[in-house]
Amino acid sequence: MLQEEINIREKIVAENNIPVISIKGLYKSFGKDNDILKGVDLYVNEGENLVVLGKSGSGKSVTIKCMVGLVVADEGEIKVFGTSISNLNNTELNAIRIRIGFLFQNSALYDSMSVRQNLEFPLKRHTKKLSAAAIDTTVMEALENVGLVEAIDKMPAELSGGMRKRVGLARTLILQPEVILYDEPTTGLDTITSREISELILTIQKKYKTASVIITHDMACAKLTGDRIMILKDGVIHAEGSYAELEKNDDEWVRSFFI
Amino acid sequence: METYLKKIFNDAGDVTFFTGRFFKEILKPPFEIKEFFRQCYLIGYRSLPLVTITGFIMGLVLTLQSRPTLAEFGAESWLPGMVALSLIREIAPVITALICAGKIASGIGAELGSMKVSEQIDAMEVSAMNPYKYLVVTRIMACTLMVPLLVVFADGIGILGGYAGINIHSDVNLFRYFSQVLSSIDFLDIFPATIKTFFFGFFIGLIGCYKGFTAANGTESVGKAANSAVVAASLTIFIIDMLAVQVTDLFFIK
Repeated sequence: MLQEEINIREKIVAENNIPVISIKGLYKSFGKDNDILKGVDLYVNEGENLVVLGKSGSGKSVTIKCMVGLVVADEGEIKVFGTSISNLNNTELNAIRIRIGFLFQNSALYDSMSVRQNLEFPLKRHTKKLSAAAIDTTVMEALENVGLVEAIDKMPAELSGGMRKRVGLARTLILQPEVILYDEPTTGLDTITSREISELILTIQKKYKTASVIITHDMACAKLTGDRIMILKDGVIHAEGSYAELEKNDDEWVRSFFI
Repeated sequence: METYLKKIFNDAGDVTFFTGRFFKEILKPPFEIKEFFRQCYLIGYRSLPLVTITGFIMGLVLTLQSRPTLAEFGAESWLPGMVALSLIREIAPVITALICAGKIASGIGAELGSMKVSEQIDAMEVSAMNPYKYLVVTRIMACTLMVPLLVVFADGIGILGGYAGINIHSDVNLFRYFSQVLSSIDFLDIFPATIKTFFFGFFIGLIGCYKGFTAANGTESVGKAANSAVVAASLTIFIIDMLAVQVTDLFFIK
């Protein structure tokens, strides 16, 4: 079933090479004199890992929240799977959201639910015809993907930061999204766990052929996961390229990320 | 001054929109039945010990405090009826609602506030779920249903407390006590007092949810949400009570 879906997706891409997400002239401000985004342009192709780098407060998180309609843009066009999301009603927006996975900075696991319930929650709501056994299998598979089967009956409060990220990632994967948005996936983790999470992002991308947007300021994560990197500065995309290209860039601001 | 007025009107608009959304969402399927019953259990059943203790003490203290005054007029025999009427009409609904405002509104405010701050509400939204329906509608509905039940329970426990209070100084038979209680209350004592408790429950749930759901970012706002939910809910209970008494006086008391 999964392989079939992947084949269909690959066929669609081959037929019309439309970016899964494209943003043109995105503006967002929070109150007077607090312009966060001042005309961001970006695109993500099918199966591509795009890393958005930037210093704290540069508007990285706002950018990906705009992609799923969590933050409403002041101006600009956001197209997801070729559909402009600006004028969609809630039902139409939800039809798009269901195809996107979002890993939050602090994992955003539901505190009152166990790991199993956290994973079952979106599944039960969006796949009404799935039997209890099928739900169980899907949950186990998602947890196997992140190597946390043994934590299935634990509560989020009992998990370490790295484990919470993994469970968050498993929950993101449970509806088999076509695009995954990662909001600072390695923030607050030690170097080893950060590397494990970055490797997991790569493994998942290869296994499910998902496109990803990874918001980070962790250069090790950017180097490992990014097919293409965009650097955000003062609300606009300041530089773009592969890790190797940007590493050789003469711009002082760009270089400051590689020191 | 202008900014202050602007803020008041903005807040009033937000609350109105939030309330309007409740009536819109409550009619739309799918209905979160399981979560509604879970909230009924948490809000209703989990509040029983607190309501039992306070209800009993209310009845006991009211009896002990009223007894000397009635004794002066030789009207001690009116004590069961007076205690029952006071409890059913006013004291049990208001005190139970205030206890619920303290326990339930603050709990909901803090829970939803922390969910908002830790992006759990956003996580529901990006998973194409309706957090308002799942979190807010179920809680307001559960409060609207459970607070009246808790009040009725507190009425009964309070009357029992009154019986204990009377028996400290004299020896009254339980059957005789209850027959005096029942003969002194009629439908018009119970009906308006029960109707107002639905409004108490609704506003306790609404204010707790509103404060939590609209909490700003940062952990400090969780405490603020819980605190302001208690203050606003308590104040609203007194305002509703005042209006309810006026309406009752106008239509039911001859």
